[in-house]
Amino acid sequence: MITVEHLTKRYGPAVAVDDVSFTVEPGHVTGFLGPNGAGKSTTMRMICGLTPATSGSARVLGLPFTALANPGRRVGVLLDAGAQHSGRTGREVLTLAALMTGVDRRRIDTTLDLVGLTDREAARRVGQYSLGMRQRLGLASALLGDPEVLILDEPANGLDPAGIRWMRDLLDDFARRGGTVLLSSHLLREMEAVADRIVVIGRGRVVAEGHKDDLLRQAGTFVRSTDDGALALALRQGGAGVEELATGGLSVEAEPVDVGRAAAAAGVVLAELRAADSRGLEDLFLELTADDAREQTRMEVSA
Amino acid sequence: MTTATPTRAAGASRTNRPGADLRPVSFATLTLVEWRKQLDTRAGRWMLAVIAIITAAVLAVMMAVNGGNHSFSAFVVGTTTPMAMLLPIVGVLAATSEWSQRTALVTFTLEPRRTRVGLAKVVGAIGSGLALLVVTVGLAALAHLLVVAFRDADPAWDVSVRAVLYLALSVVLFMAQGVGFGLLLRSTPAAIVTLLLAPTLFGVVGGLVPGMADVLPWIDLGTAGEPLLFGSALDGQGWAQLGTATLIWVVAPLAGGLWRTARSEISSS
Repeated sequence: MITVEHLTKRYGPAVAVDDVSFTVEPGHVTGFLGPNGAGKSTTMRMICGLTPATSGSARVLGLPFTALANPGRRVGVLLDAGAQHSGRTGREVLTLAALMTGVDRRRIDTTLDLVGLTDREAARRVGQYSLGMRQRLGLASALLGDPEVLILDEPANGLDPAGIRWMRDLLDDFARRGGTVLLSSHLLREMEAVADRIVVIGRGRVVAEGHKDDLLRQAGTFVRSTDDGALALALRQGGAGVEELATGGLSVEAEPVDVGRAAAAAGVVLAELRAADSRGLEDLFLELTADDAREQTRMEVSA
Repeated sequence: MTTATPTRAAGASRTNRPGADLRPVSFATLTLVEWRKQLDTRAGRWMLAVIAIITAAVLAVMMAVNGGNHSFSAFVVGTTTPMAMLLPIVGVLAATSEWSQRTALVTFTLEPRRTRVGLAKVVGAIGSGLALLVVTVGLAALAHLLVVAFRDADPAWDVSVRAVLYLALSVVLFMAQGVGFGLLLRSTPAAIVTLLLAPTLFGVVGGLVPGMADVLPWIDLGTAGEPLLFGSALDGQGWAQLGTATLIWVVAPLAGGLWRTARSEISSS
């Protein structure tokens, strides 16, 4: 459980994070989505007590991160996979974390296995690792303490498609066991695959929050009939917004069942009736974080 | 790399979470980890090895010239100059590598009480320094043994306990100073240059100012700390001078460095 309340960070006159509030529930993978520079990393550093907040607060498992006793055992954190001493071996990085948190050193092997790093890879210096291997090592050090919460900044960065698939399974599994996961990304496809809840941030503000499916579903119905003109008239009389599409058919701001009912009452024969296509996360993202959207509408989707 | 299917070990599996009975990371654990961090990279090991090698080289030169007739204490004094120059750098690296290698992000999420981490670095660095002191005194003893055995030097095992304690104290000061400058400046080159040049410049400039000669021993650690390195007894005034100079050159930078570490934002860039 992560609770973020009115978190704000100012650097001089610039506002990096502006009154951000959201909660990350256990049992879910929550994606933290936003373009570069939107304030994702700053928010995550504030959650982890690394960056002092200008105002507002963040709690992890009910406490400020810095008040957790031995936080490595309760919260697995990966904020930058590159932030490892290039001269240490992968195994040494995990050994240091195990010594610090008091984790049984046998767990190092279990964890290396879990993230798919072989003994030979673990014996190499981190400086020789690819970005994907660093991400795996970073995930290993986050998972080492058998935590209840994972906070991961761009963990899929540098992973190949198989690696992303693997990470999705890992995080799904973690969440299914009651774990809390917050991960950030600017890569929408990844997020669409990995997260089931989403918080979208743009220019330091939360612009949307909710279940991925709810956010992606576009309200409305697509309908095609033998007489679109008559159907459109009937629907408009019923008070629904109707748009006649150039490619044929109507886009209606109503549920499919209501459109069907209107068609039946008007005696129009339907050729096709379905809920409007769900838009991709990409569309949603661009729409919500568009630069010209000065007055960003805050879209709340109840979970 | 194998793409293993995630299994049980993915965590969050226990129904009984340990949260409540987890104890904070102890200072002893922190110190041990910080000490290990000074030795588990090639850079760290080489730094210590270089000091040992330079010390051995100095001793070898002493054994070769002037018929090698030096007492044990003369050999020990010979080893102190490389130590005085290089030991603070070990302390500097212990602190600055957190920033130059960006590990601060990990270190301070595993232990958010940053001042404790800084102090653990000081204690860990002192551990390295004292271990090295044992090695160099051992090398000095070996050198004296060799000149006595092979070059007919007069045996003179004249190193007092006091001299060794003085050396140990100077190691403590060097290390605390190194970590202090490292935490304060966060950049390895900046910290090393400042550490090596500032006291020298201070001494030179101070020497030019009329009337400074009397004040200098009170504010220059090089002058005030000299007896520690060469084993001459410190009197009351000597200790007082050492105290004030230490306050300026060791305590102040260390306090500043710890303050900066505790207050500042830890980020990866």
